[in-house]
Amino acid sequence: MGRKLDPTNKVKRGPGRKARKQKGAETELAKFLTDEESGPKRLSSRARKRAVKRSQDSKNIKDVAKEQPKKGFTDENNEWLKPAKRKRKIDQPESEDDSDDQWEEEEEEEVEEEEEGGNKIGKKGASLGIEEVDDDDDDDDDDDDEEMVDDYGALEDSSDEEGAEEGSDGEDLLPIERAAKKQKKLKEAMTQESEEDDDSGDDDEDEEGENADADMDEEDTVQANIDEMDQFRLPGAEEREKEGVLPVDLQTIHQRIKDNIDVLSHFATKREAGRERSEYVSLLKKDLCTYYSYNNFLIEKLMDIFPLSELIDFLEANEIQRPVTIRTNTLKTRRRDLAQALINRGVNLDPIGKWSKVGLVIYDSSVPIGATPEYLAGQYMLQGASSFLPVMALSPQEGESVLDMSSAPGGKTTYIAQLMRNTGVIVANDANADRLKSVVGNIHRLGVTNTVVCNYDGRKFPKVMGGFDRVLLDAPCSGTGVISKDPAVKTSKDEADIQRSAHLQKELILAAIDSVNAESPTGGYLVYCTCSITVEENEWVVDYALKKRNVKLVPTGLDFGKEGFTRFKERRFHPSLRLSRRFYPHSHNMDGFFVAKLKKFSNTVPATAEEKEEQDADTSEATVATDNPAEKPSKEEKTKKSVPGKAGTSQDKAQANGTAAKKTTNIQPKGKKDLPTGPKKPKIAKIDGETVKGAEGKKSTIKTAGESKESGAGKKGGSRFEKKLDQKRKSPKKNNRLGKNKFKKLKKMLEREDA
Amino acid sequence: MRPLTDEETKTMFEKLSKYIGENIKLLVDRPDGTYCFRLHNDRVYYMSEKILKLATNISRDKLVSVGTCFGKFTKTHKFRLHITALDFLAPYAKFKVWVKPGAEQSFLYGNHVLKSGLGRITDNTMQYQGVVVYSMADVPLGFGVAAKSTQECRRVDPMTIVVFHQADVGEFIRSEDTLT
Repeated sequence: MGRKLDPTNKVKRGPGRKARKQKGAETELAKFLTDEESGPKRLSSRARKRAVKRSQDSKNIKDVAKEQPKKGFTDENNEWLKPAKRKRKIDQPESEDDSDDQWEEEEEEEVEEEEEGGNKIGKKGASLGIEEVDDDDDDDDDDDDEEMVDDYGALEDSSDEEGAEEGSDGEDLLPIERAAKKQKKLKEAMTQESEEDDDSGDDDEDEEGENADADMDEEDTVQANIDEMDQFRLPGAEEREKEGVLPVDLQTIHQRIKDNIDVLSHFATKREAGRERSEYVSLLKKDLCTYYSYNNFLIEKLMDIFPLSELIDFLEANEIQRPVTIRTNTLKTRRRDLAQALINRGVNLDPIGKWSKVGLVIYDSSVPIGATPEYLAGQYMLQGASSFLPVMALSPQEGESVLDMSSAPGGKTTYIAQLMRNTGVIVANDANADRLKSVVGNIHRLGVTNTVVCNYDGRKFPKVMGGFDRVLLDAPCSGTGVISKDPAVKTSKDEADIQRSAHLQKELILAAIDSVNAESPTGGYLVYCTCSITVEENEWVVDYALKKRNVKLVPTGLDFGKEGFTRFKERRFHPSLRLSRRFYPHSHNMDGFFVAKLKKFSNTVPATAEEKEEQDADTSEATVATDNPAEKPSKEEKTKKSVPGKAGTSQDKAQANGTAAKKTTNIQPKGKKDLPTGPKKPKIAKIDGETVKGAEGKKSTIKTAGESKESGAGKKGGSRFEKKLDQKRKSPKKNNRLGKNKFKKLKKMLEREDA
Repeated sequence: MRPLTDEETKTMFEKLSKYIGENIKLLVDRPDGTYCFRLHNDRVYYMSEKILKLATNISRDKLVSVGTCFGKFTKTHKFRLHITALDFLAPYAKFKVWVKPGAEQSFLYGNHVLKSGLGRITDNTMQYQGVVVYSMADVPLGFGVAAKSTQECRRVDPMTIVVFHQADVGEFIRSEDTLT
């Protein structure tokens, strides 16, 4: 019997590869088919009832499906971002709709004849009891396989013995219903179709029976291993050992992960008595490592970052590729023109979302997207969606000087240039000379002319030059956010790697801050970003910078993304870290990313930790005799913390640091020891100035007479820098003076308090 | 990094003038600031004074590129234009050649332009005149030398070369390492 396509009861499958293209064809097909279907099928009353029920069910399902994406993406990205689909397919049973559809016709044909038979059976069952029904069934269905009957019996036994839900349900049911169920099961074993065949005359009863049937049906279709599912139990030690020897079955592990998470999320109700949470967690960890092939360390890290439900989403999202995105080069073309040109080449694309005016998402393409004449002519750049974000956060202005500290392969650099419309100056630095070749290639291809490309170690950059209006630091990282791009990260990283990159990042962020000019009229900003999601490489580094330099966090200007952590395990970060943004593959469908924007409010470098420690030691020595020691350290701490915190207040920017530093010292009742620390800062600034000046001087001596013009220019630049340094040198002195006033005031206050 | 010597300036300007003629002076005297040529690692860079100032901070061995690279001096002191100069050649080009969409790809892979792929050509192009090659959508694709004059082009058979390939934007990918 041929299957007929029923347009009224169309099965909704996932949006296929060509779903977008062929909408027109579908509607046409529907039109065409309705003509054919004009004479509706004659349905029996039960069939009609079922149809109503089915439609309701499917509606519900659709509603759920509609709501789901909202859960995934809280921002406007849900327009183009689709929730991750799994790459690794697990043999899932067909959805209910499908199964219904497939067997519908057979069902309908059989309904009539079976109604009579069913009635008979039902009546018999009602009068004679269960045992007989069993016999009856066997008699009725001679053609059934013996095996199946046996199987069924075993199933029943097991369910009874285990006292599982099924069994208990069965006991509550009326005999007639039990009979119905049994017969149904038996038949299902063969054809899975005769759901409603056994009906008594009574409608109400019939309804109940159907409900029960429907429930059963769902369970049946979901999994064969029902009895495993309804109560998850931890495998014993010997079982695990066995597992180590036998080849692993990924499907059962996946099922176990699901069940385990279910238990862990309702731990009080679903736990097995006498089992610790840690046992469940350790099993889950092991399973996740096996199933997704991560190393133990990384899974632990991820478990710390994500709640369990999110963790699975994240791991699944890492298994699939992010969509290919491109950025229009507005120096050469407009997005509309580019989109048209690419569509003409057979590329299927869409705008990336409301948040970007230059991005396009490529769905599929008949030509290699990285080798079209448009690409070669520099009209666009292949760039991940997440790479747009730090540049948008940086928001460089025309005519500024910008430093991109680790620029390779030049995607962000060229984006900066296009936002500045090729004005001002960009310094693109990278520590790796080989990777700089791609920077040079991309810069020239995209027609960027305002760039200087150099090859320094970022940590030494402040010695080369400073005074930038904005600095972008895309720090080298462990790459835990881009596992979908580089799956080697799953196994290759360990604690030492994270620590190593965190250390490098801390050095780099200080160097980057030192390269910013706080007095810049338009800027004074630093954007720190990594493609890692570990806290050690992100919040911790920024927190470190807040403590070490006169910077404060400011909003990134990105209206989506998750807030950075202010507390993580035992660590507590500065509360303003809420302003940083985290991006995840599962919730934003871009690479895992972290963006923080810092504003530098003073060019002076606060006293280093050693100096502070010295101070602390001094103060404690000085005050042991005079003051009660318990009070002081807490105060010390408070003031120390308030150094970065001051940034938010309305205090004079330049003053903030000075006063804060003063306060730390002034808390001592006798301010003898702080006298030497006061002038220290200006001295440091002076030394810095001298070294830079010295470098300038050296350079000017190198220059030959032939290039007088150039050297003149160099001098001009030098003088500008010197001016700035002069300012630097002056400002601390001012601070000092103001600080003394404050000092007196504070002293008075303290005296009053003491009195 | 140093300014060009007179000899070098002459060689380079002679080469440039093959493509953009007297428009060279538009490159040097620009309304939006002073621009200049500098030599670094045998390569000629074209940049504004402002960028030049900043670049002087960087030591010679650490400097990779400044502004736009125009080309390089060979060991025999000839000047060879690079594809990176296309951004400045295309707007000022005196003689242009447009290639048909079918021949675009062939040109971008480094082949000469054949008569069959020739879409349009500027009138009065002399033989061996430097030309800039465009796609029919007016996207500059590279530059080369006219192998035939415009008149000859009308007569020759379809498989004859009409433009010798010198540089094309495909080089951004093919020879990324040697661009600068």
